[in-house]
Amino acid sequence: MEHYNMNLNLKVWRQKNSKTKGEFKMYRVENISSEMSFLEMFDVLNERLIEEGDDPIAFDHDCREGICGMCSMYIDGKPHGPWQGNTTCQLHMRAFKDGDTIVVEPWRANSFPVIKDLVVDRTAFDRIIQAGGYISVNTGNAVDGNALPINKNMADASFAAAMCIGCGACVAACKNSSAMLFLSAKVSHLALLPQGEPERKSRVLDMVAQMDKEGFGSCTNTGACEATCPKEISISYIAKLNNEYLCAGLTTE
Amino acid sequence: MLDAKIPSGSLENKWKEYKGHCKLVNPANKRKLEVIVVGTGLAGASAAATLGELGYKVKAFCFQDSPRRAHSIAAQGGINAAKNYQNDGDSDYRLFYDTIKGGDYRSREANVYRLAEVSANIIDQCVAQGVPFAREYGGLLSNRSFGGVQVQRTFYAAGQTGQQLLIGAYQALERQISLGTVTMYNRHEMLEVVTENGKAIGIITRDLITGKLDRHFGNAVLLCTGGYGNVFYLSTNAMGSNVTAAWKAHKAGAFFANPCYTQIHPTCIPVSGDHQSKLTLMSESLRNDGRIWVPKKKGDTRKPNEIPHEERDYYLERRYPAFGNLVPRDVASRAAKERCDAGYGVGSSKQAVYLDYASAIERYGKIEITKHGRNPEEASKEEITVLGKGVVKEKYGNLFDMYEKITGENPYETPMRIYPAVHYTMGGLWVDYELMTTVKGLYCLGEANFSDHGANRLGASALMQGLADGYFVIPYTVGNYLADEIYNKPIPTSHEAFEAAEKKVNDRINTLMNIKGKTSVEKFHKRLGKIMWDKCGMARNEKGLQEAIVEIQQLRKEFWQDVRIPGEINEFNPELDKAGRVADFLELGELMCIDALNRNESCGGHFREESQTEEGEALRHDAEFMHVATWEFKGESNWTMYKEALNYEVVKPTQRSYK
Repeated sequence: MEHYNMNLNLKVWRQKNSKTKGEFKMYRVENISSEMSFLEMFDVLNERLIEEGDDPIAFDHDCREGICGMCSMYIDGKPHGPWQGNTTCQLHMRAFKDGDTIVVEPWRANSFPVIKDLVVDRTAFDRIIQAGGYISVNTGNAVDGNALPINKNMADASFAAAMCIGCGACVAACKNSSAMLFLSAKVSHLALLPQGEPERKSRVLDMVAQMDKEGFGSCTNTGACEATCPKEISISYIAKLNNEYLCAGLTTE
Repeated sequence: MLDAKIPSGSLENKWKEYKGHCKLVNPANKRKLEVIVVGTGLAGASAAATLGELGYKVKAFCFQDSPRRAHSIAAQGGINAAKNYQNDGDSDYRLFYDTIKGGDYRSREANVYRLAEVSANIIDQCVAQGVPFAREYGGLLSNRSFGGVQVQRTFYAAGQTGQQLLIGAYQALERQISLGTVTMYNRHEMLEVVTENGKAIGIITRDLITGKLDRHFGNAVLLCTGGYGNVFYLSTNAMGSNVTAAWKAHKAGAFFANPCYTQIHPTCIPVSGDHQSKLTLMSESLRNDGRIWVPKKKGDTRKPNEIPHEERDYYLERRYPAFGNLVPRDVASRAAKERCDAGYGVGSSKQAVYLDYASAIERYGKIEITKHGRNPEEASKEEITVLGKGVVKEKYGNLFDMYEKITGENPYETPMRIYPAVHYTMGGLWVDYELMTTVKGLYCLGEANFSDHGANRLGASALMQGLADGYFVIPYTVGNYLADEIYNKPIPTSHEAFEAAEKKVNDRINTLMNIKGKTSVEKFHKRLGKIMWDKCGMARNEKGLQEAIVEIQQLRKEFWQDVRIPGEINEFNPELDKAGRVADFLELGELMCIDALNRNESCGGHFREESQTEEGEALRHDAEFMHVATWEFKGESNWTMYKEALNYEVVKPTQRSYK
């Protein structure tokens, strides 16, 4: 792989806190190596801002290996940037070329208020899980792990849904700011397993109610969520969610 | 001085006996008792959820935006459990024995046996929570093998086992939050332990959004705050992983045990430049099929595929014919360093070795041809390669993709470049059998404590320990302490101990902000990391460690005179958060070097160059060093060491050999 250096223009959203209005600011970064990650490029810029007595750009990040779900930048109109099935922290600078102007914004959704610059509040997701995204089993109640065989295809499908990292890219990508892909992943993960069966109906009804309460929009099947999901969670889980919701609504006493 | 409170009786009965006789708290009293849990990784989330289920009033804290982000989530390979589902001779005793041996005979027998004993319950609990472990076509749980053991006892969920286990614990925690037994504080960092008469009574936290300091009372305080690998700046830890909570506890009276025991993982993606902010692990499972080599010629600049087979040095296979590429982590790491130091390293930095899948691709390709009832001799090389790549993709696809994203190189075509990196810290706060530190009422769980892995941790054992501590150990042992707490009234947070602790935190933050120097926090952290890696890393010697101690003291002085922190105290200010953490690393680093200097033997991840065999292998000195080195903080650069002798009643320590 050929390495190269580049100079770039960054147009970054700056916002002091949730109470003030934000605006775009332009920054020029030079000699950026194609081997750097996107966040390392921000590290370089922040180091310079600190040196110059400026306020560094705040952004969320932690594991930097694509699994914790904390990083959240809206890059050139796409959550997590141009690469398919990828998080911001795993995006590398060879995705860009010398002279590019890159626009970086926070997740935009009423349910994810901005805390500062590119950092948003995603606690609405935690509250949706609190509404029923679990199996009610206290520690110590479990039977042997192999007491109940589970069809491998079902287990694999459940795992594919459980891979969701709760980053919120689906909401940011959606023109309605819908949280349906996130919600459907959790509902499907648990509904596909026999252990999730006893609470199957109440879970989906309660979680949908909480999602609505949090102010997330409706799903209009555009598919932007699936296209940007870093874990490539399939939109077919939303169909499953609708099915679960309908059945639960019709049969719950 | 140090009483580990190990129950009497035979090894396999100690925990049963303990559970049968420990004190209990009745449900009405549990509602009155408050427990603070700091950190929400596997240990913290499982402890908070379980204590909430039992009826205690729990407050849980994490510095991330959600408890689901804790770094346990990044664990790839799996979790061990002595289920013996494979009928291959596994048992509690085998798991116990492998862990003791893997730890190079520097861990406590009673704790490790308990860990093995509860390991099976963990799998049951996780399955019941809906953790989607890998399964076989018959619907039963699948296992794979992992480094250093002869049975298949590792349960896994593709390469994302940590994520799935943490989400299981997180969901259990969120359920308790919705039931009102647990109050969750996201984006809060613990900055002080409050003690009164040698007993923990609460903590001081800082709200990372507003900068506001808060006081929290607790009848018991549980620290589940992970390891301190980020003292090296570059490690596989998350950016936010830090020692601060454990360090505050240490300075408030909790002893720190074996700080020098660091695990360097052999297969990580190498450093690519000065901008590098963290290192990424490639799962140990890759060593099952990959072959590790360097060129036989020094400074060979040819591309790896142009170097013929006979001009390659498969140094692990050469040095350790019996275990080959599957030697334990500490041995594999040192061997890579030895080759690179000798001038045989590859890549632009020359600090890397090749992990090659060409042989595996060919082998699997031929097997596939055979499966189709054909003779591999008749198949074309291209066909074998295509089929072989398919098999490798199915087994390791997500890891290969990750490698390609980071390096821009296709590992199916050209060998991966790898180098060892800091991964896990076996040292931590000293705890007794009940997981209580030397401060009464202050507990430490998971990676943050020192207890189970000795001088080297085996793969797939960290997840097991975190969940064992949180789900199955602490609910009993904290009850034994809290049973006596019911006679004590809750202490109001207006108490002078809280007042003084908050003032201490406030003063320190103000001091940091008022330095207004010229150098960023990051630059100090990088310099500290370089000292630690060069002189207290994979190989250590007396001269280097002595130099490191002086250099760290000097760097610390400079930090407190010249650090520049932008922004304000009462706002979202990640630079200020980081400054506090790096300031603590600057103290911890010194203690690690002192401990490494003091332990004049090689064991597990701690390799003293003065103590090696003629073949360059680690050499233990059991007569002098078969103890836990435990440090009491006395003041700046001033510690007193106490030894907890390790008595092996069941296992007989031997020198490890993998030849």
